Amino acid sequence: MNRRADRWASLYGAGPWHLLGLAACFVFAGYVVSRVVGAGIWMGFAAWFVGAVVLHDLVLWPLYSAGDSAVRSLSRPLARLGRARPDGRRPALVNHVRVPVGLACLLLLVWAPLILGGAEPNYRAAVGLSTSPYLARWLWVALVLAGVSGLLYALRRWAAGRNAARAARDASPRP
Amino acid sequence: MFGLVLLVGLVIVAVTGLLSYAAYEPRLPGNDMTPGKGLLGFYLFDWPTHPVWMYRVTQGTHVILGLTLVPVLLAKLWSVIPKLFDWPPVRSIAQAVERASLVLLVGGAVFQFATGILNIQLYYVFPFSFYPAHLYGAWIFLAALALHVAVRLPRAIRAVRSRSLRRELRTSLAGTRPEPPDPDGLVPADPAPPTMSRRGLLAFVGGGSVVMLGLSVGQTLDGPLRRTALLAPRGREYGTGPNDFQINKTAASLGVTAAEAGDGWRLTVAGVDRIQLSRDDLLAMPLHTYALPIACVEGWSTEQVWTGVRLADLARLVGIAPGTAAVTARSLQRVGYFGQASLSTGQVADPRSLLALRVNGADVSLDHGFPARVIVPNAPGVHNTKWVRELDFRREAR
Repeated sequence: MNRRADRWASLYGAGPWHLLGLAACFVFAGYVVSRVVGAGIWMGFAAWFVGAVVLHDLVLWPLYSAGDSAVRSLSRPLARLGRARPDGRRPALVNHVRVPVGLACLLLLVWAPLILGGAEPNYRAAVGLSTSPYLARWLWVALVLAGVSGLLYALRRWAAGRNAARAARDASPRP
Repeated sequence: MFGLVLLVGLVIVAVTGLLSYAAYEPRLPGNDMTPGKGLLGFYLFDWPTHPVWMYRVTQGTHVILGLTLVPVLLAKLWSVIPKLFDWPPVRSIAQAVERASLVLLVGGAVFQFATGILNIQLYYVFPFSFYPAHLYGAWIFLAALALHVAVRLPRAIRAVRSRSLRRELRTSLAGTRPEPPDPDGLVPADPAPPTMSRRGLLAFVGGGSVVMLGLSVGQTLDGPLRRTALLAPRGREYGTGPNDFQINKTAASLGVTAAEAGDGWRLTVAGVDRIQLSRDDLLAMPLHTYALPIACVEGWSTEQVWTGVRLADLARLVGIAPGTAAVTARSLQRVGYFGQASLSTGQVADPRSLLALRVNGADVSLDHGFPARVIVPNAPGVHNTKWVRELDFRREAR
């Protein structure tokens, strides 16, 4: 019995329950697909379903990874501006850029049809108003996020500077 | 961590979504938007008329919680994406089949979020009707999610237990150490120095959720907090008049003109008898006033004070005893979905179910359904048919 289980495991790579669960999942998904075919929308449905994976994994993710490395490489020299101070005593700038930019991009990603006006014709017909205020609203939100983040950075830098000055004073020999 | 948040959150989103399916009373004629659903749109109970705010809460939760989970989903996908580029791509049959099921999981998740988010912005770029696609997409995603949880939950719990949340919240960037190697090989062998602590990442993702929630939840609220819905499709202001609340679809967009809704309009009421009523006839009947919400499938809602004739009184007028008949309301609307909607026996019998003629003390405006519109407690917004031209009561076979 054990030998048979071992042979199965070495052949398949996991226990029999694993295969059973996967088979059930695919059978059920197959039934759902038959309903999609019945609704006469399978081509568009399949294109959007696979397109969703491709869009996230091969477009969106490379884009924000590239954006993140750009932020990282830019914020290092930027943080060195101002009074010279050893690196360890200076708070890192990178997350004070990364977080507000990331949040603003998240809002843009979700609400792009309103912010960029793609939904304007349908929206105006249905709601009776224009989508035009959304761009300014998003810019304001992005500005507030950047402002709060910048303020926090200034505070941290000021606090780090004060600590460094105190440490230097304590370390210097008394006259 | 993100996985467990998604597990709880997405189950709530899925259950509230399926409840919305039931709220459409799909067994009544013309109500089911997915007629070929087979076993997938099963129907368990008649949708109740109280509490009146239930659909407002469940559907608001479905949409707003979904929006709030967007950053968590993105973070979860970001944390596992190195496995996508695993080499060699397949190590065993088991792994190959499991990876295939991940197409259903990731595709389903992104598909559901994308179609829902585009739909609430009225950005209909997908080449299919939203209703069947979002229902069937949900079932494919749920099947893949159930499997994923069954296979991975023990490991997820072990991963969460391996770290104390309290200690992580006290660990700054300087104290952040790389993850020890794991059996899945997801942890990089030679990681770059960290630029963000684990608590920093949690704050970043949680901050994203707070921003999404804070800028959209206002469209489910009334009063001054509604103005906080800066980035949400339906938190808009029209003015300060009695009819200046959110319009779902304007009369013009559905081909309804002021002329046909004017003095020549007559309401046909059909039951045992068939009669025609003018707006003055309706105003001469006993009028009742209730504060009832309009709660849209798109997740926005607002409560207003409606005055009108009870549907039950109109049923009696054509020889139907309330509690014995369902009704189909037909609209002047020429184009688009929901030119008619059927209400259940229970909905007709509820004394708060009105054919509303006034709102907040004024005549309902053309965009809100003049000369008369249905308003039913706890029903999805689109079942409150506007510009009603006919009420067709039919006895239910028992």
